[in-house]
Amino acid sequence: MEIQTMTTAELALHGSHHAPPKGLMRWLTTTNHKDIGTMYLVFSLVMFFIGGIMILLVRAELFQPGMQIMRPELFNQLIGVHALVMIFMALMPAATGFANWMIPLMIGAPDMALPRLNNWSFWLLPPAAALLLMPFALALFGVGSGAIATGWTFYAPLSVQDGMGLDFAILAIHLLGVSSVMGSINIIVTIFNLRAPGMTFMKLPLFAWGWLITAFMLVAAIPVLAGAVTMLLTDRHFGTHFFNAGGGGDPILFQHLFWFFGHPEVYIVLFPVWGMTPHILSAFARKPVYGYRAQVYAFWVIGVLSVAVWGHHIMTSGMSTGALLYFMYSTMSISLPLSVLFFCWIATLWRGAMTFEAPMLFALGMIVLFGIGGLTGLVLADAAADAQYHHSYFVVAHFHYTLFAGGIMGIMAGVYFWLPKMTGHMIDETLAKWHFWLTAVAFNVTFLPQFFLGLAGMPRRIPDYALQFTEFNMVSSIGAFILGAAQLLFLTVVVKCIRGGPPAPAKVWDGAEGLEWTVPSPPPHHTFQTRPVVGQ
Amino acid sequence: MNARQRSANLAFALKLGLAALAMFGFAYALVPLYDVFCQATGLNGRTGRAQTVNAPAVVDARWVTVEFNGDVMPGLPWRFEPRQHRLKVRPGEVATAWYRVKNLADRPLDGRAVPSVTPPAAARHFTKLECFCFSRQRLNAGEERQMPVTFVIGRELPPEVRTLTLSYAFFPSEATTLVQGEKP
Repeated sequence: MEIQTMTTAELALHGSHHAPPKGLMRWLTTTNHKDIGTMYLVFSLVMFFIGGIMILLVRAELFQPGMQIMRPELFNQLIGVHALVMIFMALMPAATGFANWMIPLMIGAPDMALPRLNNWSFWLLPPAAALLLMPFALALFGVGSGAIATGWTFYAPLSVQDGMGLDFAILAIHLLGVSSVMGSINIIVTIFNLRAPGMTFMKLPLFAWGWLITAFMLVAAIPVLAGAVTMLLTDRHFGTHFFNAGGGGDPILFQHLFWFFGHPEVYIVLFPVWGMTPHILSAFARKPVYGYRAQVYAFWVIGVLSVAVWGHHIMTSGMSTGALLYFMYSTMSISLPLSVLFFCWIATLWRGAMTFEAPMLFALGMIVLFGIGGLTGLVLADAAADAQYHHSYFVVAHFHYTLFAGGIMGIMAGVYFWLPKMTGHMIDETLAKWHFWLTAVAFNVTFLPQFFLGLAGMPRRIPDYALQFTEFNMVSSIGAFILGAAQLLFLTVVVKCIRGGPPAPAKVWDGAEGLEWTVPSPPPHHTFQTRPVVGQ
Repeated sequence: MNARQRSANLAFALKLGLAALAMFGFAYALVPLYDVFCQATGLNGRTGRAQTVNAPAVVDARWVTVEFNGDVMPGLPWRFEPRQHRLKVRPGEVATAWYRVKNLADRPLDGRAVPSVTPPAAARHFTKLECFCFSRQRLNAGEERQMPVTFVIGRELPPEVRTLTLSYAFFPSEATTLVQGEKP
């Protein structure tokens, strides 16, 4: 493939000290940050389509009231596995892929600090995906009842009673957790120990800053999830009673443990995107990033607050008024540092010489749509309003505005921004712009009606619905299919860019700043063997 | 990367790994912490600790209504209900309520009742002096039993609480599953 010819060309160029193995062995044994970054990104893209197909089946079922194409059991499995796949195997690996590719280039490091650990972090992911998805296949042969059917939140006591798909999911979560924690440790050590001489922390690119906070939060939060699902596993098979009320346990405890991890997880997914955004905005507005320090401090404040607000996910579980008020106000207070980020992004654009290439379009779309996600989050944080909107489609619409628009569209902006750097070819701008407009429009067609469905009282995670919800569900399903089809354009642009296209210069975008634009496109296999020095 | 850099990286990575392990332990530490927290605040309907001391002699003038509820969880073929649905008591006064339970199965079964009091603000002022929920209950086939719960409501009960609900859920007990050799 392309990347292999790149290696041979580069070998000839450098007369390198060792020839890397060819074919499959190269990818299995590689410790090169660019190779591993590529594997993360490819894995993420594959899982993005698998998770997408699952939810299109769900939307097809929801096109009309009544059960048409699947049993409710399968519906329950698809929604939960869709979420787990998208969060843990599409969004998080995409962010880690960018970290691997870009952080060493941005901070002038020759590679990640712990290259072998890096290889291992990646290669835990495919087995995790296999474990999570295998129960679907096993059920076809009459083994078990299919995949995890509790939704992605594993709530006890349902999860104590669910079939063996849940055990597969627990083991998958353990592998994903080990992979994330090892990847995070690697990123923290790299940023702390391998910055180029002269690059102080307050000169660190914002993408690296965003990832640093994410990495710290992963080290803190993922083990708590691992603990919670381990308790679940021992409750299911080894006679413990952590969540079994009959044995003196408490099902609500599980919700607390889960969301103690689960809320930081939202920011874990979004920090890398918030880090990318200023790079892209500043490049296409041709202005320096506005409020660098303010953004770094906002990252820290959001990171610290995020571990103290988990209760807003379970406001209807019977909390005291005092606890409700605490979680309501602490949650709302997160909107303050988040507004700092938004204002810094807008101020970066202010009076800039803007052009609207595909990465810029995606970044702008992200800001607008993620803004809607943030504002509707304030509605849900209101303890009184949440009593009505909890577990309704309003919540579904809200978190897709944050995680699809804020997360995935932000990642796509990053892909279009840095892909020419990685492959050495420019992207097909026309197709990429089509991809943006189709995605942005179809996304709103899909999820805007879900706000109204939620306000009207349609509960989430239920395979059937009352007749009055039919029209909005039809619109939403049509939007979802256009949204899904539009992602084939994304695949086309990426594949075309890997296979060829106009050559990209070292500085792909004339307004872009940073060390990654000082190396050729594509960068040679080994970069920054002699450390660059960052001046004043 | 030279050797010194490499060992510095490794040392830092090990520390972070230990931090991750500590957080795994913290998840388990949260279990007793959560219990203590609920006990102290009455959150989640945890009632005051059972006491055998003499009940306070002083009784409030105000009346409080206690409502009773009983549920049986799936897997336990019992009928379980309060004999009185409401009881008017004065804070500080020792009162007794009765529940009726019947085993509908043709074999002896064990069950355990888990209590809960709402509203949470009242839960920690609700103290049970004697309760069938303190121990596992075994009912023979077809056996019916009357079971008392003796309680006292603390005089510090917030004045805005006029009605409390005491609810029990009867769960199949582990011993049952051992006797029957069934999955819970």
